[in-house]
Amino acid sequence: MASATAYAGTRRGFPVRWVLRLLVLAYLSLLLVVPVGYVLFRTFQHGLTPVLDSLTTASTVHAFQITGVVAFYAVIANTVFGVAAALLLVRHSFRGKRVLNALIDLPIAVSPVVVGLALVLVYGRLTGVGKALAHLGISIIFSIPGMVMATIFVCIPLVVRAVAPVLEEIGDDQEQAAATLGAGPLQTFLRITLPSIRGALAYGVVLALARSLGEYGAVSVVSGRLVGRTQTVTLLVQERYQNFDQQTAYACAVLLVLVAVIALLISRVLRPKELR
Amino acid sequence: MSIIVRDVSKKFGDFAALDDVSVEIPTGSLTALLGPSGGGKSTLLRVIAGLESPDAGEVEIEGRDATGMPAQDRGVGFVFQHYAAFKHLSVARNVAFGLEIRKRPKAEIKAKVAELLELVHLEQFAHRYPAQLSGGQRQRMALARALAVEPAVLLLDEPFGALDAQVRKELRAWLRRLHDQVHVTTVFVTHDQEEAMEVADSIVVMAGGQVRQVGTPDELYDEPADDFVMSFLGPVTRLHGELVRPHDIELFTEPHTETSAATVVRVTRLGFEVRVDLERDGEELWAQVTRGTCEQLGIVEGRTLFVRRSAPARPVLATASGSAVAG
Repeated sequence: MASATAYAGTRRGFPVRWVLRLLVLAYLSLLLVVPVGYVLFRTFQHGLTPVLDSLTTASTVHAFQITGVVAFYAVIANTVFGVAAALLLVRHSFRGKRVLNALIDLPIAVSPVVVGLALVLVYGRLTGVGKALAHLGISIIFSIPGMVMATIFVCIPLVVRAVAPVLEEIGDDQEQAAATLGAGPLQTFLRITLPSIRGALAYGVVLALARSLGEYGAVSVVSGRLVGRTQTVTLLVQERYQNFDQQTAYACAVLLVLVAVIALLISRVLRPKELR
Repeated sequence: MSIIVRDVSKKFGDFAALDDVSVEIPTGSLTALLGPSGGGKSTLLRVIAGLESPDAGEVEIEGRDATGMPAQDRGVGFVFQHYAAFKHLSVARNVAFGLEIRKRPKAEIKAKVAELLELVHLEQFAHRYPAQLSGGQRQRMALARALAVEPAVLLLDEPFGALDAQVRKELRAWLRRLHDQVHVTTVFVTHDQEEAMEVADSIVVMAGGQVRQVGTPDELYDEPADDFVMSFLGPVTRLHGELVRPHDIELFTEPHTETSAATVVRVTRLGFEVRVDLERDGEELWAQVTRGTCEQLGIVEGRTLFVRRSAPARPVLATASGSAVAG
């Protein structure tokens, strides 16, 4: 390309570019940088000791454990479901494929609070299903299983939507070649398909993890917010804040942000080229 | 017979890709499935490999009924147009894949892979990845991978279709030599008649989901079953409404028996060959002559020549008159 053209292009775009930059920066500052920065400031206002103290109380540690357990199961379930659903959508044609495709995106559109309420309606202690399960000694609502289900629901699209385009792009030539070379479906999946999608899969898993750790609405409804029993970190932050224990609220919030940022950084590294 | 296909039909929606196709492929032969795209040749190959299941009919490979058998149990080697290289595996691991699946001893795999890489001239690329190879090298790797499991039949789906002209030509000759060395029953799909004629012992011409003719390259060229086969296997033109090969048209400067007058419309030199476009009584036709003939007859645009179809005996050489020569 001629350097003169490039120069002219730069010149013409000069004011527009600066206005756009300022607008975007101002927008992000007001919404993101200033509030998060202020939380950081308030957290460490009185030094590191109060932060560490509030992060090591029994209820805080318990809340982190609950969040960890819920996120762990939700991520496992969504990884398995996500890969299976992506394979189904990309490699097979069947009746109702469009419906399945639309259903997978539903959690993006539906408010998590609605999801929580819906779960309570079906599995609550006063419903038929809930009573039947209670007879078997299983309680869903106000306990971990319900919270896992709510978290799974809000994370459903993440793994599927990360993996499906990569599956689409690599095509099924390699899988067919593996079959002609004597590999069965499971061998083909483990030796050919899985290594080809591993980057996208890891990206989807990290996104799902970040989303699971931060989920509030659905879990809030389903868990019953029982302090010391079903309280996750996000619920703890809200509860502490309302009870004027701002130090704990800020400390936990900062830790959540830190974990989310680390997850995002990892996801950037893992993100497949096609999506970058 | 190594492969027997009996009354196979296959539809994709309303489109009949294969319409009651029966073909027999002799053991040890090198056969081309030739035809225009959409003619059903790739579908037939994929049905033989088990990558597509037929709606009706039977497939037999090496005397065993393979109709309902999954691809992995058929013992066929398959080479894809776009290589289907395992991108996350090195060249050596690609070739070793089938052997690893069969749980052969490590030493045996290593020896076999080395032998095959030598056969396809990729010894020094064993530790590279497919992305670091050229198209021709990738296709040779894919061929070695398919041969590693010692398949009963080797199937190639437009193997050179994605390569440029020069590499194509080299690989064609190389496939021919490879087949003479390895003797595995080989079927390849192509839409390029030149490729089919150059490489194959026998050609199956397919169009519209049906087999139009089966024979050696010479049989198909000299005794085409119908106008379609004739026009697909080589250049054709029309004289008195009949299909004729352009090199079977004789040109004279003076009238002779059965000749008719035609005006030269255009003269195109293509190296050694010269294409002469003519108009005869409103009918457009063209003749293929050598450069020598063209100069000898003094063919230039606007000149009137006398044309006729050369005697059916082949090869056609100069006839009675000293000024008459045909390609």
